[in-house]
Amino acid sequence: MNLSVCIGSSCHLKGSKQVARTFQTLIEEKGLTDKVEFCASFCMGNCQNGVSVSLDGTVHSVSPETAEAFFQNEVLTRIEK
Amino acid sequence: MRKFDTKVQHLKYKVLREVARAEWKGTLSESIFTIPKIISPGPHATMRCCIHKERAIATERIHMAMGGNKENPNPIEVIAIACDECPTSGYSVTDACRGCLAHRCEDVCPKGAITFRNDQHAVIDKTKCINCGKCANVCAYGAIVNRKRPCENACKVKAISMAPTGEAQIDDSKCVSCGACVYQCPFGAITDKSQIVDVVKMLKDSDNGKNFDVYALVAPSISSQFTYAKLGQVISGIKALGFHTVVEAALGADMVAWDESDELAEKGFLTSSCCPGFVSYIEKSFPQMKEHVSHNPSPMVALAKYIKKGDPNCKIVFVGPCTAKKAEAKKDHAKDYVDAVLTFEELQALFDSKDLEISTMEEDILDNASYYGRIFARVGGLSDAVAQAFKEKESDFVAKPIVCSGLDECKIALLKASKGIGDFNFIEGMACPGGCINGAGCLAHGEKNKAEVDKYGREALEKTISSAISLLK
Repeated sequence: MNLSVCIGSSCHLKGSKQVARTFQTLIEEKGLTDKVEFCASFCMGNCQNGVSVSLDGTVHSVSPETAEAFFQNEVLTRIEK
Repeated sequence: MRKFDTKVQHLKYKVLREVARAEWKGTLSESIFTIPKIISPGPHATMRCCIHKERAIATERIHMAMGGNKENPNPIEVIAIACDECPTSGYSVTDACRGCLAHRCEDVCPKGAITFRNDQHAVIDKTKCINCGKCANVCAYGAIVNRKRPCENACKVKAISMAPTGEAQIDDSKCVSCGACVYQCPFGAITDKSQIVDVVKMLKDSDNGKNFDVYALVAPSISSQFTYAKLGQVISGIKALGFHTVVEAALGADMVAWDESDELAEKGFLTSSCCPGFVSYIEKSFPQMKEHVSHNPSPMVALAKYIKKGDPNCKIVFVGPCTAKKAEAKKDHAKDYVDAVLTFEELQALFDSKDLEISTMEEDILDNASYYGRIFARVGGLSDAVAQAFKEKESDFVAKPIVCSGLDECKIALLKASKGIGDFNFIEGMACPGGCINGAGCLAHGEKNKAEVDKYGREALEKTISSAISLLK
């Protein structure tokens, strides 16, 4: 699974670093480093609704507050399938 | 509003703008014959002896705007017919010589090159004169002048000489492509070859990201440019041209500062590798110092490499103040990552080729790097950033930088280092005096640029290098 957080200017200012850190911590905690390919990218063309997060090519809007819930609901459930 | 420092820059810009405009329309091959008439509409000449010469030179400028001689890797070339063949007599005595009694010029001349005519007017024997300039300094009437060509004066690596036919010629084995001669030649006879056509093609082929994305990496010195608009409007303008997004090359500078501090601590002595003019100067004039050049890529290459890793099909265009970057981007360590290089002059031409009035656009944002990455644009910034990296790592290593503003200062530091003298362990070399903010491809050159860059640095969201690069490792 590919999980990518946008660190372009707009998302950066909306807190993409916190979102990324939340994901990184959860990936470590749950021992998913070999299942989730995590990376940062610049601009997903969704600047108005950042922070943009791409999960296997589909762009979602996340915020530092919703990052953990997003990970539980989207990332973990997909892995468990 | 005036957009350029000199009329020569404006002329070059007009040609670039028209070439880009034609390339957008797909009519470039026919336009080669019509653009000279746009540049010199006539009926009377305004720049040269006649309208025909003006148009012939414009044709040469079009050739340069289209990339010039592709066989020659040096991005700097002479337009021979545009060269005014300025006098090159070196020091000579003018009519202001009063034939005085003091003869200070004669006394100070170390080579006995000065004699006097029967009317006591001084004469310099060219076969003895070494052009040291001492006579000019002591003459109470200022009667002795140096008739060195502006291009030769500008060239700190002595790469410019006079061809047997009179025009300037560049010795590519010495030239570091810094562009000082390009900015200084009052006739615009030396110019940097452009990739503006390649960039327009790239943007057309990308079709607003439908086929691949084109990224613009902008150098931090952009903060002191386009002064008639806000930086956010410049970013909007770049995106309106069809670029996918704009990323600060300063983030690459953060990456470099972080790694360069490790390399310095490990090796104990290092010269910086950010400025391609400085690196080229070491390679060509101080080959014995080559082993000390930092193995870190330049900020441009470091960041381009990172972006291409995540988006392998994308194209990357570096936009900056630098003509030497055009040469760097073609080198083996860079060519797979950087697809084209534009100067700020060329970016202005691109905006106007699409009739984009950026000062009326909405402001977009640009924020990727830290304060320290951003201040790489001015001399001393790189050393400050390396010192900061040591601080953030809580390292005991003491960096003792020597900050070199311009190639003359670089030369002194390199001479000292090659003899093992000098109390420093890190040479920060900037080919342009003042750093990138005075690069040859800048729209505006000047003192206030430094303050602009520092201000822009302080506006960065990330206050430390480690936080700026935390996700990039």
